[in-house]
Amino acid sequence: MATLLAIGTAKGLFLATTADDRRSWEITGPHFPMTGVYAVAVDTRRATPRLLVGMTSSHFGPSVATSDDLGASWDEPDQAPVAFPADTGASLGRVWQLTPAGPDEPDVVWAGTEPSALFRSTDGGRSFELVRSLWDHPHRPRWEAGFGGQAVHTVLPHPHDPARVLVAMSTGGVYRSEDAGASWAPGNTGIRAYFLPDEWPEFGQCVHKVARDSGNPDRLYAQNHHGVYRSDDDGRTWSSIADGLPSDFGFPMVAHPSRAGMVWAFPLVADGERFPADHRCRVFRSADAGGKWESLSVGLPEGPFYPAVLRDAMCADDSTPGGVYFGTRSGEVYASRDEGDSWSLVAAHLPDVLCVRAAAV
Amino acid sequence: MVTVLLPGPLRGDAGGASRLSVSAVGTLRAVLDELAVAHPRLARRLRDERGELRRYVNVYVDGEDCRHSGGLATPVGVGAEVQVLPSVAGG
Repeated sequence: MATLLAIGTAKGLFLATTADDRRSWEITGPHFPMTGVYAVAVDTRRATPRLLVGMTSSHFGPSVATSDDLGASWDEPDQAPVAFPADTGASLGRVWQLTPAGPDEPDVVWAGTEPSALFRSTDGGRSFELVRSLWDHPHRPRWEAGFGGQAVHTVLPHPHDPARVLVAMSTGGVYRSEDAGASWAPGNTGIRAYFLPDEWPEFGQCVHKVARDSGNPDRLYAQNHHGVYRSDDDGRTWSSIADGLPSDFGFPMVAHPSRAGMVWAFPLVADGERFPADHRCRVFRSADAGGKWESLSVGLPEGPFYPAVLRDAMCADDSTPGGVYFGTRSGEVYASRDEGDSWSLVAAHLPDVLCVRAAAV
Repeated sequence: MVTVLLPGPLRGDAGGASRLSVSAVGTLRAVLDELAVAHPRLARRLRDERGELRRYVNVYVDGEDCRHSGGLATPVGVGAEVQVLPSVAGG
């Protein structure tokens, strides 16, 4: 079984493949050169895995392309796959997230976008339709833009219940639907927004990333704009799991795809000092749902280290034992084939890494 | 007829053509609207879903930057040359 690692960068997509259980990698690319690839997905629900890529040209705008031959060829529809309807008066800035739905809906793919909106595809990601209920949400005029823009950057369909979907946006926070996207309620209770006069608002938080536990789908983990949290009630309420981390600031949050309670994070010093904690290249792992954290750095650079890891630039694969991957803003990609115990360099000297996704193919 | 000249990065969206002929005249909007019928993917590279010219796409009508001559309302007559050029942008 081969593993594919898709690496979205500021100037195109690179594809790394391995046929020797993730020991050595062969890299192709850049695919879609000179586009920012903020979103990539490997849809393994299909008989033939489908790659989905959300890319944005600074000149020619955003689009979504798919490949059913692992990147040997690409298909991009003539009509814009993701576009705002005319009556909204909005235009797509970029696609921040492409997420295949659960196994019960094999043709459904979700897209989170800038400006903050959710789109749904029922043809495997070839075309998408705006989810009106979230766009028309009365809170939307009060969702603000962070430095990276105002975007729905996280979509988490429930693995067993197609009616339940969670999204996260910066800023705005977490919103949940229990009726297949017909209505949405904020789910931010317990998440602090230190940058607002009311530090505990109903919404308006700057949630950077949310991950769902593999063993208990009601359990979620969130890396916030300061604050690391866990929810045990499907995102209704949250409590801090930051104790044991060197910092509560950072962007990614990744859950093990099959081992309950295991998560990885990459803490940065602070909002005002966006360097890795202690200026060292370290991943932090918890095996007990955030109760304790351990530092992982075997095989990672030992000296001072300054590049950050962005919100989608860390991922896990679905192999056993689990593989973990992260890419840096300085264009290095590291991989672990033992759940983070040790690491090796997959690629270097790439453009800024914006996202990574890996799967057995 | 109006001739539309395309830069290298966009020719793949026009079947490899470096120039296209369009029968619509009147305004630049009319020219681009007709272009969208035969070449929808090319058209969305130039304009967003609101129909607005993308920020870093420059269009010259007979050598004049349309942003200084009425934007999409820029008059385009028979025999005009519409040239699309990416602006000097990017990191």
